[in-house]
Parts: sequence; structure tokens; C-alpha cells
Amino acid sequence: MRLELLAALNAERVARRACILVTEMESGAQRLVRAAEIAADPLGPALAAALQSRKSAMAGEGAARAFLTVEVPDLRMLIVGAVHISQALAPMARLAGYDVTILDPRTAFATPERFPGVPLLTDWPDEVLPAFGLDPYTAFVALTHDPKIDDPAIQAALAADCFYVGALGSGRTHDKRLARLAAAGIGQDRLARIHGPIGLDIGAASPPEIAVAILAEVIAARHHSVFAGAGQTEAAQ
Amino acid sequence: MLATEADVLEAAERWRREGRGVALATVLETWGSAPRPVGSHLVVDAEGNFLGSVSGGCVEGAVVSEAAEVIASGAPRTLEFGVADETAWRVGLSCGGRIRVYVEAVE
Repeated sequence: MRLELLAALNAERVARRACILVTEMESGAQRLVRAAEIAADPLGPALAAALQSRKSAMAGEGAARAFLTVEVPDLRMLIVGAVHISQALAPMARLAGYDVTILDPRTAFATPERFPGVPLLTDWPDEVLPAFGLDPYTAFVALTHDPKIDDPAIQAALAADCFYVGALGSGRTHDKRLARLAAAGIGQDRLARIHGPIGLDIGAASPPEIAVAILAEVIAARHHSVFAGAGQTEAAQ
Repeated sequence: MLATEADVLEAAERWRREGRGVALATVLETWGSAPRPVGSHLVVDAEGNFLGSVSGGCVEGAVVSEAAEVIASGAPRTLEFGVADETAWRVGLSCGGRIRVYVEAVE
């Protein structure tokens, strides 16, 4: 592989844009196809299918037989709230392959001592989320219990089509949250995407147990709904 | 932490820019219960340093030694590993699967 091609591939990754490296097996020729260029490519339909599946694969026949290295953005998790649950959830989510960031404007909570090695955003959601760039490859988890912090962040996550949006709180708390967000003009179809009460029902009680329930629900959302093209997966009750 | 695919491709570019001879190995196809998915990468330098994984440890040694020849020649090659290989006891996949691995130089 030419170094320039590898550099272009890495640049697309860093910019969180999907692309496919096509390697023709017979000739060894290689090309990088960005998402917008797929339709014009000779292997167009195969590339589109590979991108949809998020999986690298062989494609084409004979001289055109090629290996498709599918590069889709790494998954991220934004946790709003530097709370006890977050202290357990952050390392678990990192082990499961998520780039984790914590947002909490309360700097007494969001400290490097409590979250070693985890990037911390300590501004208000409205100030910091535009630059963070929530997107469909991001799982969003709101854990502060404070509407002043959680609500604007949830609105941003819904607008950005985060593949998972979850919010901590009892059924009653969640109903109040939905009423506030509806009053703020969020449509019912979007509100229905919020997982609340958050997490799979595994009887979780302690903060680490709740973190497991949340991470399991995020993983289910990743595999069962958005990326598989199926409908929203409800928590197993 | 485990190296991610992004770490491996970033390392491949960085190592090459540092002037090291570099080969990139990619899992092309798998049959049976292969331990690493298609598209998994392993980057190897001319000294045999490597990052990433194509088989969860079973055949990395063989890939690293083949990579040295690919770096020297510049010609890519495709390797196949599986329990049916006569070298199974040395570089076979204990899980019973088979994999094909593409090894190319970064130039």
C-alpha cells in the first residue's frame, strides 16, 4: 500500500467519515472510495452493501475480485454526569471498545482523580457539545439527575441521531422529563427513542451493577437496531 | 488496553514515516471458528515489532516472519492457515478454523 493512501485512510478515520479501501487481488491495485464516491465506483453496489453491513469482505469476480476494507467511525460514548455510576461505566465501556468522554460542568465531580485517563468536559452542554460533534456513532448517557444539565444534552443527542440515548431516573422522573422535553418542542417519535428508566432490567442496585445494565443496553442498541437496520430495541423487561 | 484497528493503521503510517520498513497484514477470509474477524489488521516492522492481531495469537509468529520477506521484496502475498496444514502443530489454529491473510508492504 502506498503511504499516501494509508494516510488518506487514516485522515478519513480521524474525521469520523466512512470509507472503503478497495484492493484488487489479481493486480494488487488499490483505491480509496469515500462514502459519497460509492455510486460512481465500478463496484458500487458491493461497496454500498459492505458499508451498510460495516464489515470488511471480498467482492467481485475474476480480475475484478477485490478485498474491501470497510472503515466506519469508532464508537464513542458520551456520559453526562461525573457520578458514581460513571466511575464504573467509563472503564467498562472502554473495555467494550468505546471512546469514552465525560461531561459535567460541576468541577467538584469531574476530576481526573475520580476519572483517571478519561477526557473530561467541564463546560455546560450547550457550550461544549457543538465542538464535540455528537453523531450516529455515539452512545449518549445522561446521569446527572439535574434537568439543567441533562435536558439540553438529551436534546442535542436526539438531534444528532445518537444510536443510543439513555437517561437515568425512575419511571416518574422519566415521565416528567418527557413532559418537559415535549413542552420544549421535541416530537413524540424522537422522545420515544430515549431509554428511560435507563438500562436492561437485571435488578441492578449498586452503581457498578447499574453501569453493567446501561452498557448491555447500549450494546443491544448497537447490534439490534440502528446498525442492523431494524427498529428500536426495547429493554428486556 | 488492547490495540484497536485504528491504533494499528495509525501505527503503520507513523512507523513508515519514521523510516521503518513496514508491512500490513489483513484477514481476508475466514472459515469455521476463526478467532479474529475479516478485516482485522496486524502491522509489522522490519525488526519484527508488531501491533494488532490476525488470529488471537495462533499464527502471528508465521505472519511476522513472512512480513519480513514482503518488506524486503515489496511484493504482496496471501497466506493461508488452518488445521489441515502440515504445519498445523506449529502454526495451526487450535479452534479448528481456517484463515487467509493478505500481507503487503507500506511504501
